[in-house]
This record gives sequence, C-alpha cells and structure tokens, in this order.
Amino acid sequence: MHEMSIALAVVDQVQEAATRAQDVTAVRSVRLQVGELAGVVPDALAFSFELACAGTLLEGAELITEAVPGRARCIPCAHEWAVGMPPRLTCPACGGTRTDLLAGRELQILDVHWEDGGPAHTPTREPISEER
Amino acid sequence: MCRVVDLRQAVLAKNDASAHELRAHLAARGIAVVNLLSSPGSGKTALLERELLRARERAVPVAALSADLATENDAVRLARSGVPVKQVLTDGLCHLEAGMLAGHLDGWLPDDTRLLFVENVGNLVCPASYDLGETLRVTLASVTEGEDKPLKYPTAFGLAHLVVVTKTDIAEAVDFDETAFRANVEQVNPGVEVVLTSARRGQGVGALLDRAVGALDGTPVHAPVMAREPRHHGHGHAHAHPEATGTTAHIHS
Repeated sequence: MHEMSIALAVVDQVQEAATRAQDVTAVRSVRLQVGELAGVVPDALAFSFELACAGTLLEGAELITEAVPGRARCIPCAHEWAVGMPPRLTCPACGGTRTDLLAGRELQILDVHWEDGGPAHTPTREPISEER
Repeated sequence: MCRVVDLRQAVLAKNDASAHELRAHLAARGIAVVNLLSSPGSGKTALLERELLRARERAVPVAALSADLATENDAVRLARSGVPVKQVLTDGLCHLEAGMLAGHLDGWLPDDTRLLFVENVGNLVCPASYDLGETLRVTLASVTEGEDKPLKYPTAFGLAHLVVVTKTDIAEAVDFDETAFRANVEQVNPGVEVVLTSARRGQGVGALLDRAVGALDGTPVHAPVMAREPRHHGHGHAHAHPEATGTTAHIHS
C-alpha cells in the first residue's frame, strides 16, 4: 500500500505552499483529483491522510477526492469511450490499437482551503463560509 | 481569514522531478536503467541471474540493484554472476522511489556501467506509480499467475515498455493460455511486446538484455497508451500545468 507515501507527499506539498504564504495558521481541507487509472485507492488514501496530517499544520484537515473517469479516443476512427476498469485501451468500435488516453491518470492537488493570519478569525461579513 | 488557494500540483511532482534528474544524470554518463516489476515469486531474480551472465559473456558492463523488504538473498544470488550488485532493504516500504535510488547509486555505481538492472520490490501495485528514471520498464508475470494478471494489475502492465512471461517450462502443467494472456496485455497496453522466457531451460534468455542494450543505444522504446501525455481536444482538462508554482488565492469569507 503506497497510499501512505502519496498522503505524505500531499501533506509535504501543502506545508510547503503554506510556508511560502507565511501566515497560514490551519488547513481546513485539501481537494485532490484522482484518476481511475492513477493506481490509488481513495479510501486507503483518506485513512493514510488522517495519519499523515497528525501533528502538522494540516491536523484535522479534510481530504476531498474528485474521481476522474478514464476516457480514451481512437486516433484512426475518432471514437471516444469510457475505458472502464479493467481499462480497455483498444478501440471498441474499429479494433484499432492507436489510442489517446484523454483522462484517467490524474493525481493532483487541486486546491487547499486554509486559515491565515488576516483580520483575526472573524467570519467578517458573510457568515456562509461553509458553503461552496 | 479563510482562503481557497489553487495549487494545481501533481502529487508525485517531487518523485517525477527526481526521476527526470536521475535519468539525465545517468544519460550523461552513458548509463540506462531497466526497472523490473513483478509479483513476489514470479522469477525476476532467476531470469536476471541468467541475463547478467549473458551480459558478462557479451562484455556489456552491467550492474544490478535489488530491493526487498528484508534479506540479502537476492543480492547473494545475483552476485554469483560476478557483476557489481547492491541490495537495498526498504524496511517495509513497498516500492522504490527515484530519490532513494539516486541515493543508493551515489558512490556505488561503477563509472564504466552501461546498464543498471533494478529489481523493484516484488509488488505489482505500488512500484507502478513511481518513475525511477528508467529507460526501460519491464513487467514480468509467471505462467502460474493466471492469464488475467494484466487485467488485475492494469497500471503495472499498462505502463510497461516490455512484458516478460517467465517459467514457460511449466506452462503446460499449469494450463497457461498464451493467447488469452497476450489478449489481456493488448487490452491494457496495445502494441507492447511480450517475450516468453524460461530461466531454467534458457528459452528467451538474452531477449531482456537485447532490448535493454537497444534502449541504451537509442532504439525507440514502446510508448504505452497510459504513459502518453493526453493531447487536448478543446474540452475536459484545460489545466495541465503541474509545475505551476504561483499560487492564486481567492478569498472565501
């Protein structure tokens, strides 16, 4: 299970970004894009993430994973299909073997929701910060 | 104040950067890495023992690094070939990472080496995600593992430049269906070459060395569908800039 290594890499990168921003006091959530073919199990990752965050600026942060389905396109006949799991990377329409994978290998941090040392931790004017 | 900060960073960006750096560094020294992936017990070491001997016969300067959770057994076996061998113990870690490999090569890899065979930790899941700076990635499966192995571990087989079947000397005894195996490999990695080998009988021995020497000499290696950068067709993922370091923040409350 390499999800712990993945979780540590995420925590590392968020901490680095927070250090660059200088005045971050807590991280609320991290949004990840995980492709169907990225070789990562979201549940195992969520479990590891909680452990990896312990004792860091990310303690208690929520991990939000967005799954990205695998999609492919046949170069000769332009047919597009959902590759499924296990993936089918030969063309279901013409049997072609020259394929472009359009999506499904993503494994990236999209964004981070954090608290910084701006004007205290007052919710300011709009008390609807929980909504997205 | 609460902020949402766009990072848009590949999670494995650090490993990928280390891998690129190692690949460039080794290429400058005229060295290519062959990364061997398989389940435990599929016969990586047995085949590699034969390939290292073959390399010696052909006077190709090779070295081998073997990674395991524990024991130096594999290194002892590989060292009988007489080539430089190093055992890496991962202390429980299920895969090698590029930075770790670079650290182990530092000060050990002889200057005249042309090919370095890396026997990754026996595991078809985790090592698949980590580029080690290799020029040739080889995924192996023995005939006893079932024809559907490539479908069960699509990332490991889907990212391979070469697929090697081992233990063909017992193929008949275990009813190995070569046609089905090849069809399953083709489904996840169209166009990849499949080589049949038996370390015991000598079938296919030397093929791995040939492909590795070819890759070292600049023969183009297979480009797996899964490994290709997606082209953009005007829809979908418009944000493929993993190197983006400038963080943009939008205030959220």
